[in-house]
Amino acid sequence: MILKNPKKIHITPIQEGTAIDHLKPGTALKILGVLNLQDAPVTAAMNVESRKMGRKDIIFIDGRKLGEKELNKVALIGKGGTLNEIKNEKIVVKKELAYPDRVEGIIKCINPKCITNTETISTKFSIFPEPLSATCYYCQTRMKGNEIANSII
Amino acid sequence: MSAKKAKKSATGSKSFGLTDVVSINDFSRKDIEVVLAKAAQMEKTAASKKQKILAGKTVASLFFEPSTRTRLSFETAIQNLGGKVIGFSEVGATSTKKGETLSDTIRMVSGYSDMIVMRHNIEGAARRAAEISNRPVVNAGDGSNQHPTQTLLDLYTIKKEFGKIDGISIGVVGDLKYGRTVHSLAYALALFNKVKLYCIAPESLKMPEYIIEDIEKKVQVKETDKVEKFLTELDVLYSTRIQQERFPDAVEYEKVKNVYILNKENLRNTKKSFRIMHPLPRVNEISTDIDDTPAALYFEQARNGIPVREAILALLSMVRK
Repeated sequence: MILKNPKKIHITPIQEGTAIDHLKPGTALKILGVLNLQDAPVTAAMNVESRKMGRKDIIFIDGRKLGEKELNKVALIGKGGTLNEIKNEKIVVKKELAYPDRVEGIIKCINPKCITNTETISTKFSIFPEPLSATCYYCQTRMKGNEIANSII
Repeated sequence: MSAKKAKKSATGSKSFGLTDVVSINDFSRKDIEVVLAKAAQMEKTAASKKQKILAGKTVASLFFEPSTRTRLSFETAIQNLGGKVIGFSEVGATSTKKGETLSDTIRMVSGYSDMIVMRHNIEGAARRAAEISNRPVVNAGDGSNQHPTQTLLDLYTIKKEFGKIDGISIGVVGDLKYGRTVHSLAYALALFNKVKLYCIAPESLKMPEYIIEDIEKKVQVKETDKVEKFLTELDVLYSTRIQQERFPDAVEYEKVKNVYILNKENLRNTKKSFRIMHPLPRVNEISTDIDDTPAALYFEQARNGIPVREAILALLSMVRK
């Protein structure tokens, strides 16, 4: 069980899978947009009441754990949110989403003249927090937070 | 994900920490000092002794984009060190024209040569080549990204002229927005102490904010759009060409192309030791009446490309990837 009062927000809690809680309002759809979750039942609640945050978004992914690349995508958009991994109705992993130091193959470089946009090469970026920026390993282009969010592949 | 560092070498290059020369941002102050010391040593070494450094070795000179100074100085440096040069100076006669990827070209050339010197119009091409090749790669310019050997020869020129880089007051003028040489120079100067950097550019060509943010803890930065404002305080004025090809808008180019033209008149009231540098080619940024004054350091700067590139090739010839 991961919600104290699930009825209040009209969501059936999941027994197995992933719940991403405490997301800033508006981020759930962005996260779902970059995750390829056609194979799993997904429920999202948006703008629900939160004692801690006033309003928040939550995502439930039924029967599915997220891989490293997926978690990096989620963290880049939903930093500060809480990742819960649920097994047999119990939370077995609970951690705050934090920016990764580096990511591979999840951001498209915005520089059209970058080698990663002319040859089939997996991109590599170093991530710098506060304010969020990412630097391309190859062409050294620096991308800002909103550019990163719009370039997640 | 930082660039590969060299393993300790038994041949004396142990203080040079790189296996490839791709970006000035990979260099520590120590790495730069090793290159500058080696370049000074190259200038004093007899031609016959230098011939042994790359004897029996082949260096691939891959110029996917045209270049005069850089290609000629690299190829001269290779020959001065006794190495053989293979390669091309334009992409037209290569398999790239047939659609071969850079990655494949580099894999192939790595089998033919002991080192690769490369210029490419695609940004990040040199990093990719260094990643793939089991031979050291020297970036001779990748689009508007990096041209590290230019920065090293700029630093060598300053060191040779003033005996130091620490404490230097240097103005950079012209295209500070698109100019890769001034970006790399700014980062390199941030590795030294008490450097004052005066950024002189019109509003539309100002030094990018992120670069100033990156360096201002180490370098005292002042910005102005008037070249006369700080001239009396400068040891060096580094002039750059305003490059038409980097402008997305022709109207913008017309507005700024003749903003900073230096002439003899500008030298009045400058320090006696004041010098002007320029990566060349110049168009009209420096009037020719300055050429025969002691302030003109730009031709000497271009000549310094040879010992600096010899030093880089010599150091990389000793590393194992």
